[in-house]
Amino acid sequence: MSDAGDGSVGRPAGKDPLADPVRFIDERTAAAPLLRKTLGYLFPDHWSFLLGEVSLYAFIVLVATGTYLALFFDPSTAKTVYHGSYAPLDGQTMSAAYKSVVNISLTYKAGLLIRQTHHWAADVFVASIVMHLMRVFFTGAFRKPREPTWMVGLLLLFTAFLEGYLGYSLVDDLLSGMGLAIGYGVGLSIPVVGGSMMLGIFGAPFPGNHDFWSRMFIMHVFVLPAVLATLIGVHLALVMARHHTQFKESDRQTNSRIVGLPLFPAQTFRSLALMLFVVGILFLLGGLVQINPIWQWGPYEPWLGTNGAQPDWYLGWLIGALRLMPSFDVTVGHYTLIPNPFWGGVLFPLFVIGVLMAFPWVERWLTRDTAVHNLADRPRDRPFRTAFGLSFLTFVFLVFSFGAADRLYVLFGLSYAAQLTVFRIAVFVVPAIVFVITRRICRELQLAESLDEVHEQVAQLNVEAHEVQTETTNSG
Amino acid sequence: MNGPRRAAEFTVLALLALATLCAMGFIFVYAFFSPGGMPNALLGISLGLCLIFIASALLVVGKRLVPNDELEDDYPTEHPEKQAEVVEQLRTAGSLITRKRMLLGAGSIAGCALGAAALTPVLSLGPFWDTAALDRTPWKRGVRLVDETGHPLAAADILRETFYTAFPEGADPEDIGSPIVVLHLNAADLRMPPDRSGWTPRGIVAYSKICTHAGCAVALFRKPTFPTVEPQEALVCPCHYSTFDPFTGGTVTFGPAGRPLPQLPLQIDGAGHLRAAGNFSARVGPSWWNVREEPT
Amino acid sequence: MSRIRLQSATRRAGFVLAALVALSTGPLGASAQAQPPSGIVRPDTEPAKPTLELGSELFAANCSSCHGIAGKGITKARPGAGDVSGLGPSLRGVGAQAADFYLRTGLMPLDNPHHEPSNDRVLFSDKEIRSLVLYVASLGKGPGIPAPTPQRGNMSDGAQLFTSDCAGCHQEDARGGYVTGARVPPLQGYTNTEIAEAVRIGPYLMPRFTASQISNAQLDSIIKYVQSQNHPYNRGGWGIGNIGPIPEGLVTWLIAAPLLLISCLVVGRRLRR
Repeated sequence: MSDAGDGSVGRPAGKDPLADPVRFIDERTAAAPLLRKTLGYLFPDHWSFLLGEVSLYAFIVLVATGTYLALFFDPSTAKTVYHGSYAPLDGQTMSAAYKSVVNISLTYKAGLLIRQTHHWAADVFVASIVMHLMRVFFTGAFRKPREPTWMVGLLLLFTAFLEGYLGYSLVDDLLSGMGLAIGYGVGLSIPVVGGSMMLGIFGAPFPGNHDFWSRMFIMHVFVLPAVLATLIGVHLALVMARHHTQFKESDRQTNSRIVGLPLFPAQTFRSLALMLFVVGILFLLGGLVQINPIWQWGPYEPWLGTNGAQPDWYLGWLIGALRLMPSFDVTVGHYTLIPNPFWGGVLFPLFVIGVLMAFPWVERWLTRDTAVHNLADRPRDRPFRTAFGLSFLTFVFLVFSFGAADRLYVLFGLSYAAQLTVFRIAVFVVPAIVFVITRRICRELQLAESLDEVHEQVAQLNVEAHEVQTETTNSG
Repeated sequence: MNGPRRAAEFTVLALLALATLCAMGFIFVYAFFSPGGMPNALLGISLGLCLIFIASALLVVGKRLVPNDELEDDYPTEHPEKQAEVVEQLRTAGSLITRKRMLLGAGSIAGCALGAAALTPVLSLGPFWDTAALDRTPWKRGVRLVDETGHPLAAADILRETFYTAFPEGADPEDIGSPIVVLHLNAADLRMPPDRSGWTPRGIVAYSKICTHAGCAVALFRKPTFPTVEPQEALVCPCHYSTFDPFTGGTVTFGPAGRPLPQLPLQIDGAGHLRAAGNFSARVGPSWWNVREEPT
Repeated sequence: MSRIRLQSATRRAGFVLAALVALSTGPLGASAQAQPPSGIVRPDTEPAKPTLELGSELFAANCSSCHGIAGKGITKARPGAGDVSGLGPSLRGVGAQAADFYLRTGLMPLDNPHHEPSNDRVLFSDKEIRSLVLYVASLGKGPGIPAPTPQRGNMSDGAQLFTSDCAGCHQEDARGGYVTGARVPPLQGYTNTEIAEAVRIGPYLMPRFTASQISNAQLDSIIKYVQSQNHPYNRGGWGIGNIGPIPEGLVTWLIAAPLLLISCLVVGRRLRR
């Protein structure tokens, strides 16, 4: 190969399958330094750092399966009659939307598999975000410089809630229709402006006008996925900008030196493997475990109701909160300032996201710690944060659990009214107990470790003292 | 060390072969079965296992067939010198302007105006200001009650110990103000508010079927077989178990609903059919700002 | 010393947990046993076929403490035999239909009139039930045992009727539910006759649907639908209870999440450690 000095390179004797493409790319994009940096980007190796990737892969499954479903779904509330092989629905009047989902489920060959995989992916998407959030929280990875990453992550979580809710509400089956009515009722409960807002969104009083389904559809298949994708992009860019936190497992790892696997080849194969594991598990679920069998629920009408109607799991905390509230509207004269659903349906979720959003800043203020943190904490190293986190999680979890109290009554005979009383107390008392116990356990673990260190040092001193003694006796 | 490496390569080949078989299995199942008889489980298993086999192969490659050394690098840090340069660049950009505040103010006003203009078409999404729409129901004096199939309800057909769902004749049954639940109670047990005398001919009562808590249908009716020990009649909503007492005008006896179920006054016409004797006692549906005003 | 203090902290946690469990199962548990506290009393020898006399004897020994002499009902508590103060509705005119239903499903006899009847165990033999039915039917003219023909019913009509009249309490797939103050039973495992009887009687807190509201033909359709829910069309795989998102959430967290965590552990674990 000869170099003529002007950047052109003479044709080599034989073609190099690696060098040629790289040269091609760099000549057209000048991207070799970027490629070099990207391929060498380091990933600290711990299994708990992969949970965020699981969410990403679930999102990819959602987009792929969702695109397929959108090729068959009819977002129309026009009335039509179903004639098909499923006898309980044969001859029933229903919306075109519901009928199209019945057909996807029962008449297209892979329709049910793709639909169920899509729905399992949604449940898993939110669950993996929650697991990832807990890992980030309990290792303190939200601290400077990663506060914006944390806040973008919370926006992702709450957008995912909305996206999932719209997705299963599009089907217009009995269960999700009841859920949509509740969403309307919660929206109406926003003080002063709730009525106007809901009229604007629905186009008319519930069940809304003929445009409403188009709006839900476009939000679910276009606007919110675009928002999610953008937020994911920002989230990943922020992570890459400052690199990932690491546990201090060796002396090489410090707050300014990162140790990990390079993106290529080690991490690439690991991440690809994880992606295909996630997709594979989702398809296994989609094939083996039934989810949302909408042909059994039947079409929705506003005058119909079924016992045991529930939202998808990630909104269970809201049904629990709505059921726990005592009966009162806050009125001012003959104006209703705060209708009852506001507390459980609006204030409670706002409170939770508010606390989570504010936490990095509050912890910063409480600890007077404005340093950059690239090392991940072990939960036991921060007793207050760990105790607060577990206690807050317990609070949300107890509210969430009460949402299933009626099914517990049906299964185990636990009186619903009695559960109501117990839970109204427990949601405040049990988190306080969890806080105290958790902080205690963290401190005990820390104390045990430092005592072990002291014992080691004492043992070491004993060994040295013994050596000195043997020396003096030998030489003496 | 060639031994473990060759074993790993063989494992990868075996896994990829299994994956190929599974993928072919998926295609075969898809082609062979009719839509109605498609075994969903086989589809899911073949595709899922194919992916898991490929994933396992990639994992073996990643852990055994490529370099796995952990490398070191510096964490990126902040750059105070560059920060200063950026700030300087921003400052220089504005150094020619003398009326900074005025221009910024004008720019903000123009920007807000543009933003407001861009948002204005949102107002066409729905009747934001016409909240009167939330109060309109198809019911008014004289409207006849019909069942789901459109047949009028005769008072003599409304039996005790059960419940009926009814709609206004000629109206859209999906209107949130349309569905009502009709009960026949023992007239002697009624304890209605005083201004509702005459609303309950022969003990037949009617209430909006839409729960005043969050808008689900009040689809449960509880009736005692043995009133001595069993709880009295009640209308219950299955969503959050708001419970309404039909004897006292729909007052809330359990659950989170903040106001009673609106009651529809009834009358019996000359042909013995049930008709509304007026509008509801209160506005229908979940509570909102104006819900406690008189129904229109 | 540090380990002892750690143990005491976790032990305290255990006490709190145990107390919560005891609290939840003790006074909160609704216990409904369908039998008189003293057990069923029956004559030493019974005739080979069901007879009115046998029914009368069994009634007097097991039912009249709540339902009164000759089934006239007891609506005011009086000091009765043993520790049960009997209270029960009159059975005059309820007919063979009601007696057959309550006895065959095990809802009766009931140990305590304030308890919720539940279909635990059927305590009488078939002959004894037939005898009691003869006896109760003799107390006053009442409806006979219905003879539904669900094979003539229409599945789609049944589904629609069930949804509008029954699903609010019994759940769309007839998996049971809650109405304020009572448990609504799932409907799997009942005979066609029992379902028909329940609709016509309106047992316990259930509404009573006569033929003028739900015709016999409509009842056939409803029964056809209810029986189909013994084996719902679970085309998607494991039905996980057919009650919707609660089991779906359990699968997400108890099956999917562990599988995903295992995947992370397998992928993320280092080779040489």
